[in-house]
Amino acid sequence: MLISLAWSSLCSRKKSVILTFISLLISISVLISVEHIRQQAKTSFNRTISGADLIVGGPSGQLNLLLYSVFHMGDPTSNIDYQSYEMLKNDQQVAWAIPISLGDSHRGFRVLGTNGDYFTHYQFGDKKSLEFTAGKPFAGMFDTVIGADVAKNLGYQVGDKIIVAHGIGHTSFSHHDHSPFVISGILKPTGTPVDKTVHVTLPAIEAIHLPPSQLAKILDGEEESVQPDSVTAVILGLKTKFATFKLQRDVNNYQADRLMAILPGVALAELWQMMGTVESVLRVISVLVLLSSLFGLSTMLLASMNERKGEIAVLRALGAGPSVIFALVLLEALMLVLIAIASAISLVSGALALFSDELAAHYGLFLSANLLSWETLQIAVIIALASIVTSAIPAFDAYKSALQSRLSG
Amino acid sequence: MKTLRIQKSITGTTLGINMQNVQHRYDQSSTAAVLSIPHWQVKQGDRVFLHGDSGSGKTTLLNLLSGILTPTEGTIELLEQPFSTLSARRRDAFRARHIGVVFQQFNLVPYLSVLKNIQLANYFAAKRDKHIEETANTLLAKLNLPANVLHKPANTLSVGQQQRVAIARALINQPELLLVDEPTSALDASARDAFMDILLNMCENAGASLVFVSHDMSLQRFFSTSIDMPSLCQGKVNASC
Repeated sequence: MLISLAWSSLCSRKKSVILTFISLLISISVLISVEHIRQQAKTSFNRTISGADLIVGGPSGQLNLLLYSVFHMGDPTSNIDYQSYEMLKNDQQVAWAIPISLGDSHRGFRVLGTNGDYFTHYQFGDKKSLEFTAGKPFAGMFDTVIGADVAKNLGYQVGDKIIVAHGIGHTSFSHHDHSPFVISGILKPTGTPVDKTVHVTLPAIEAIHLPPSQLAKILDGEEESVQPDSVTAVILGLKTKFATFKLQRDVNNYQADRLMAILPGVALAELWQMMGTVESVLRVISVLVLLSSLFGLSTMLLASMNERKGEIAVLRALGAGPSVIFALVLLEALMLVLIAIASAISLVSGALALFSDELAAHYGLFLSANLLSWETLQIAVIIALASIVTSAIPAFDAYKSALQSRLSG
Repeated sequence: MKTLRIQKSITGTTLGINMQNVQHRYDQSSTAAVLSIPHWQVKQGDRVFLHGDSGSGKTTLLNLLSGILTPTEGTIELLEQPFSTLSARRRDAFRARHIGVVFQQFNLVPYLSVLKNIQLANYFAAKRDKHIEETANTLLAKLNLPANVLHKPANTLSVGQQQRVAIARALINQPELLLVDEPTSALDASARDAFMDILLNMCENAGASLVFVSHDMSLQRFFSTSIDMPSLCQGKVNASC
């Protein structure tokens, strides 16, 4: 009965209630999405690569190297010699080494040159290896393995022929028309940048940058193999973790080539440290926005108290105690906030579902649209408690008004 | 409720209202009492017309009788039970169960339907009447209200209709005591007479005591007992009532 009374009371003041609701909806959505993206970004980044002990590339910042080699964000600054890769691969302490070569694109998706080791040793998430939905790894020089999103967005099947262009833009003017890549396999979705990557062989990358006449010879089978002379980075797995720091030092002091080795975990930690400040600022702002709209809610209720004096007198005459009046006002606030929380969760879920592809493509963020987590529940409870605290002000006003209320005409 | 009925059958007549040495001051420190009633008793089932000029303490008396205010001195017993000495919470509960109130205006929660308004009275009396809609319909029919007003918001009704709904609301819990404050001041003459007939009729059928407060002396003819405020307050020490 009280709930129905509170609901009718809210409905009777539609305009101010709807405006307050919108302000609550916006602020709660901001808070929820900031929290959600914060957590999801961390898990999304942390699960992108696992099992790798070192990443070796040309000397730049460790964050820079991590971002372009693993997250395919930004551009590689310098390459390393192919001999350096062979040196690393043959090192006593190295269990496996995956060479990667970046810099080309296929219709907006990054092209990554590598070899068969990528499909056997690359791990993501909780040490999961890459799996195929269809097809198999490279067999021939122009075989191509595409990520799940590439296949989905471009509608590719195993056996399709594609063209790989130089540069990373959507429309590149120097299309490599003569190089008929054939899709040999499609990977299962991973929720990492792998989904948005076109994988080709290292010699193929080298070949498409050859003059057309030479390329034609290769296609005709006159020249057998092309030897790559550089790679962008090498991902290393070691036989024992204890060797990590020694190898890192050795690589950094390597004389024949200019190399830099980083630990992915350490580089990620540096990333979080950088993001930490931004995170806190965002959190503080969203909490302040929420507070201001909660005070807006209590202002709305407080402003309505004057016109509700008569209503309170009626309820008193019917035998409602001042505490019932207090509870009624709190209930109104709480109902409004709970509806706003529910709407905010569906709004943010909807928006995430809608824009997750964009986010993944532009920022490498793989966000789940499912907001129903323990953390969201905690936030909802905290918001509800905060709304009770702020609404106690108008509720107490109503309580006082009920105490002083008199029967009168 | 049950104990009350038993008492009634033994003694024949019960006292609906029993006020002894009641004084009320809004300001505790002031010596002048707003209202001072040395002795007043109303038999259960009596209908009393109380009149007096505005400012004579009529409204204060109603507030005391309904338990919204408590007397500064003296005691009020209702239905031969202590009332003014109860805690605020128990006075509220007593009011919900045993007292019906009709004001001059604004008797209903404006945004609720007529039915919801009546249900609300039932809810606060903690009497979950499952057939409330039927009971309400019967009451409304007796009050000459069309059945279709039941689901209309209270503020869409005319003032006369609202006042009649207020009677239905006041009577829904079958109260022993009905307090009515200038209910006809917003009504024209013919509507007023119709309203009075209905009110007294319903009151008689319900066997409830009625305290009817008004400054309109023309309404006196509807009542057998008529008391004016100054005579009620006789023996007062130093008051304006």
